[in-house]
Amino acid sequence: MPQCLVVDDSAVMRRIARSMLEKLGFDCTEAADGAQAVEAVRQHAPDVILLDWEMPVLDGFGALTALRAEPWGRAPRIVMCTTLSDMERIVAALEAGADEYVMKPYDQEILADKLRAVGVLD
Amino acid sequence: MTAAALATIRDVVQRRSGIAMAADKDYLVAARLEPLLPQLGVATTVALADRIGRQNDARLAMLVTDALTTNETLWFRDGRPFDLLRDVVVPDILERRAAERELRFWSAACSTGQEPYSLAILLAEDTARLAGWRWRILGTDLSATAVARAREARYSQFEVQRGLSAHRLIKHFSKDGEAWRLKEALRAAVELREANLLSLPPLGPFDAVMCRNVLIYFDVPTKRAVLDAVAARLRPGGWLLLGAAETTLGITSAFTPHPEHRGLYRRA
Ligand SMILES: C[S@@+](CC[C@H](N)C(=O)[O-])C[C@H]1O[C@@H](n2cnc3c(N)ncnc32)[C@H](O)[C@@H]1O
Repeated sequence: MPQCLVVDDSAVMRRIARSMLEKLGFDCTEAADGAQAVEAVRQHAPDVILLDWEMPVLDGFGALTALRAEPWGRAPRIVMCTTLSDMERIVAALEAGADEYVMKPYDQEILADKLRAVGVLD
Repeated sequence: MTAAALATIRDVVQRRSGIAMAADKDYLVAARLEPLLPQLGVATTVALADRIGRQNDARLAMLVTDALTTNETLWFRDGRPFDLLRDVVVPDILERRAAERELRFWSAACSTGQEPYSLAILLAEDTARLAGWRWRILGTDLSATAVARAREARYSQFEVQRGLSAHRLIKHFSKDGEAWRLKEALRAAVELREANLLSLPPLGPFDAVMCRNVLIYFDVPTKRAVLDAVAARLRPGGWLLLGAAETTLGITSAFTPHPEHRGLYRRA
């Protein structure tokens, strides 16, 4: 079963994402900020990370940069998932190594499509 | 809604669009039309049926048809047809049209534009093979509302996320308030106009046509008439791409299915 790490400081958003991901056949773990996310990735090596941008401690962009600097054998796919929807942010995230970008609000169809695009869902 | 009013509405929609609405979908007709009555300027569905039926009000008939047909579409819908265009159709046309160096495509029920614009994105990104070639895309649809939206090429955040990658979004769109607008260069590559598949004007000839997710709504004689009319607007050997649930088999011999690729046909 593919593993997804859901990173969001809102428990409600994590629950929504998680229920969609589980319907799509993912096994989920959660983190509530960027620092927790980096730690969780080291421990669980998920296939894909759904990563919010605005979070306390370390934000999603910080986590993205940190994760892309790690010497991975097999780097996880990273899908940014945020209410921020300006062009500059999307460009910055993709340039920093995000594979896809989901703008909130989204639905299961959009999520499935993005997961397919990054190659973690058939 | 009375049975007579329903019958009139079903009949008008079918005559205009070819879309055969089964009687078991009657609840849908009422559910979609009743909320629109104030906007349509009639008091009841019976009055509406009278206006589009007996009084032959073409504008109202168009609005009713619009309300009862689905314009559901998305970017690079189903993925595979666009892979087939890139890997099978375009290479073949490049060979056949080497003298003219021109490609002509048609999206024959283009709804709000995602289909012809996806094709435009695909071709615009194919710079290596298409350098020095001219290509043009025509998008047509019965719905004036859909065609107007396609011309605008302005999409909500939800719409741009259906099937479009973030890389393509930032490359081919600009942000316009809360919406996203396709850039001018690609808008200019696609001509959009209203056209009814049941009474097509002279068009083409095209090298390839996408006629997807519309034949499913037609009965067999209508499917045959539409497919034959589409074939007549294709070059000999030109390509047809149908939706996942559609086929020419058992309907017309104007097309031959590709032996390997489902959904891909060639004008016989
Ligand atoms: C479900 S959409 C399909 C859009 C697109 N081809 C796709 O596959 O995503 C069907 C479209 O067919 C159009 N349509 C229905 N009857 C038509 C007719 N008789 N002539 C032209 N278009 C028609 C509708 O207006 C609608 O936009």
